[in-house]
Amino acid sequence: MGLEEKLPSGFLLTTVEQAAGWVRKASVFPATFGLACCAIEMMTTGAGRYDLARFGMEVFRGSPRQADLMIVAGRVSQKMAPVLRQVYDQMPNPKWVISMGVCASSGGMFNNYAIVQGVDHIVPVDIYLPGCPPRPEMLLDAILKLHQKIQTSKLGVNAEEAAREAEEAALKALPTIELKGLLR
Amino acid sequence: MNTPSASPRETTEGAVYTVTGGDWEEVVQSAAKADDERIIVNMGPQHPSTHGVLRLILEIDGETVTEARCGIGYLHTGIEKNLEYRTWTQGTTFVTRMDYLTSFYNETAYCLGVEKLLGITEQIPDRASVIRVLLMELNRLSSHLVCIATGGMELGATTIMIYGFRDREMILDLYELITGLRMNHAFIRPGGLAQDLPPGAVDAVREFVKTMKKNLPEYDKLATGNPIFKARMQDVGYLDLTGCMALGATGPILRSAGLPHDLRKTDPYCGYENYEFDVPTADTCDSYGRFLVRLEEMRQSLRIVEQCLDRLAPGPVMVGDKKIAWPAQLALGPDGLGNSLDHIKKIMGTSMEALIHHFKLVTEGFRVPAGQAYAAVESPKGELGVHVVSDGGTRPFRVHFRDPSFTNLQAMAAMCEGGQVADVIVAVASIDPVMGGVDR
Amino acid sequence: MSDETPNPEKELSEQNLPGQRGEHGEEVRLQRGMFGANNGGDTSGYSGLVRSIRLPGPANRPYGGWFDEVADELEGALEEQGLLPAKAIEKTVVDRDELTFHIEREHLVRVARTLRDDPALRFELCTGVSGVHYPGDKGRELHAVYHLRSLTHGRLIRLEVSAPDADPRIPSLVAVYPTNDWHEREAYDFFGIVFDGHPALTRIMMPDDWQGHPQRKDYPLGGIAIEYKGAQIPAPDQRRSYS
Repeated sequence: MGLEEKLPSGFLLTTVEQAAGWVRKASVFPATFGLACCAIEMMTTGAGRYDLARFGMEVFRGSPRQADLMIVAGRVSQKMAPVLRQVYDQMPNPKWVISMGVCASSGGMFNNYAIVQGVDHIVPVDIYLPGCPPRPEMLLDAILKLHQKIQTSKLGVNAEEAAREAEEAALKALPTIELKGLLR
Repeated sequence: MNTPSASPRETTEGAVYTVTGGDWEEVVQSAAKADDERIIVNMGPQHPSTHGVLRLILEIDGETVTEARCGIGYLHTGIEKNLEYRTWTQGTTFVTRMDYLTSFYNETAYCLGVEKLLGITEQIPDRASVIRVLLMELNRLSSHLVCIATGGMELGATTIMIYGFRDREMILDLYELITGLRMNHAFIRPGGLAQDLPPGAVDAVREFVKTMKKNLPEYDKLATGNPIFKARMQDVGYLDLTGCMALGATGPILRSAGLPHDLRKTDPYCGYENYEFDVPTADTCDSYGRFLVRLEEMRQSLRIVEQCLDRLAPGPVMVGDKKIAWPAQLALGPDGLGNSLDHIKKIMGTSMEALIHHFKLVTEGFRVPAGQAYAAVESPKGELGVHVVSDGGTRPFRVHFRDPSFTNLQAMAAMCEGGQVADVIVAVASIDPVMGGVDR
Repeated sequence: MSDETPNPEKELSEQNLPGQRGEHGEEVRLQRGMFGANNGGDTSGYSGLVRSIRLPGPANRPYGGWFDEVADELEGALEEQGLLPAKAIEKTVVDRDELTFHIEREHLVRVARTLRDDPALRFELCTGVSGVHYPGDKGRELHAVYHLRSLTHGRLIRLEVSAPDADPRIPSLVAVYPTNDWHEREAYDFFGIVFDGHPALTRIMMPDDWQGHPQRKDYPLGGIAIEYKGAQIPAPDQRRSYS
């Protein structure tokens, strides 16, 4: 992003990481990406009773260029998919994605020709939030978990290292069909 | 001097100006030379003030909209096709997610259609019909609240939004108490309801009516006489009666043109003929009139809700025919709604036939005689019609929803052309389209 | 004895089926077996059962209620225009308290205009088109169903028009009912019914470059199988089904 990405690893970078993470998590600007039922719950979360402003997030940005969090709230159709990707590409780094609701996470009950079976086919997802639609409390929980993630995110060479580790772990991970155990 | 325009391509009409970078003055000058100030603006499909994923394609000349078109289908979910692979009862789970602000209307319209096909319309118990009406009228309140709230937000009046969502939350609490869910309930089933009202529900609704009666005048105080609000809404989004009839617009749009057409009065269902209420109209044909109609409809809905509470008499909430009614008595289990333990004890322990019947009805569903039917209800947005076709099987052959949002949205072009760009937002908000219903 | 074992397939040719209870009406499909499962065996012992599924057939006069009045007026108005009603109205069905006119497609626009303009009919409001695909209805697979509402008289009727898959053309009603603009585009998008005379018949729901018409019966649902912990659940249209 800026200078901090160029800093050498070690003591200096870790301190900057903590400071940057703390600052970043405290003012996340979500883009309004309401699609379906979940969008109504997202709006409810922003309104009086649940009050997203408590977490410094009440400013929903109309323009993706001013936002750093995309809450994909609802089912993503095949027609919407290219638009979604374009909006994501227009967001400046660093950026995060919450996939809100089962439709966005896996296609949900709409297992058919029209719906993309999981928004992770199009954009990388940080937090998957189940529910149809998830309650506002669940969205708040997801956002707090995302804040934790942002707080501990790495910078510069550490970020590259973390990305490599994550990729290795993903390559080693068992596909869901090979998992064992009870179906729950 | 370099010309800032790119060469015309096959897909373009006239010169194409690249306005990313470069000197703005230069761009404006060469555009003036061409004597062509038409600009095509693409609004959406992801735009905060288009009510979801609606795409508006506007041709503007200065500040005036010369042509307006809608691009829809960005939320097409294939629900009608999905229904063909599920049983008739499972269908309610899908239809409730069409127009997600008016779930109970979708469910009721679908169930009325299925009941017509089954020929059991007369057998629906009174209590089930009264609870259906109760839920539908609460739903009309919550839908209109969202319309007014988001409509206000799109005008920049965030206060109205906070007020609207405050009151809507109270209704969602009632839904949660009664159906277990805040949205997408699947509570109304072919033949009746999934289950009876829980204890305490009637008192909670009464309490709500009392609070809501106090809260409703606040919208009047906040908006009705507000000069800024009036200036933005009056004479904007004009559509007269002729236009409404030609474009098939129903609901508040039609009533704001002065015609008191309401299916609850002209073609009553669920016993609406037994309730006392008025059909409000306005004669202004504009967005402000639609706002007033919605506000008055909310008052009338409260009246109907009160009458429902008085009419509630104990009784069954599902048809007596055990070939259609869900076999189990549902009860609240530790992990949510489930079959009651007594029922499980009976089918597992004493009656093999009951077990078989339960299994067949749940996995296979009931058969519906071949034929077609059309059922319509007056949803907050207009006439919500359902065309159901059965081929005698346990699953729908075809279900088509005539969603009012879909039809009303066609009127967007007629309302916006010739007006200002800023008024497009007001006009679209006054149509109150919900894209889940438009695209299905 | 083994050579006398009846061959169920041979035994169940169309001629020696038991008589159906409702002989009238149109056959849309044959149902075999008890559950209609087409993958896996039917262990119910009723696998030889064959029933034909029939849609309600044409009704005879009197139709009852205001139905006769509407039918008389429509037939009279068509006759005045020099069109034999029998030519335009294929049949009239009364079922579940609903009146359906099956209209020959070449006369659809004239009939709709008459229904809208005749003072005794006045069906001012069209609630759109619903396409239905009956693959079993040979020669008239695609149906377009219109529901017309009369606010003046408080009535609702249904028009049904059919077209074969080979020539899926139905005249457009946009000139009579402008509200049908989007509805016809939707029916074209989902069923491939070409509405002749529509001002801009393009796809409306699906992307412009989509292949096929997704709500036809020969178009698969398009779901994917779900895999989890060693179990695989096929897509909804691939599962064992009962119908």
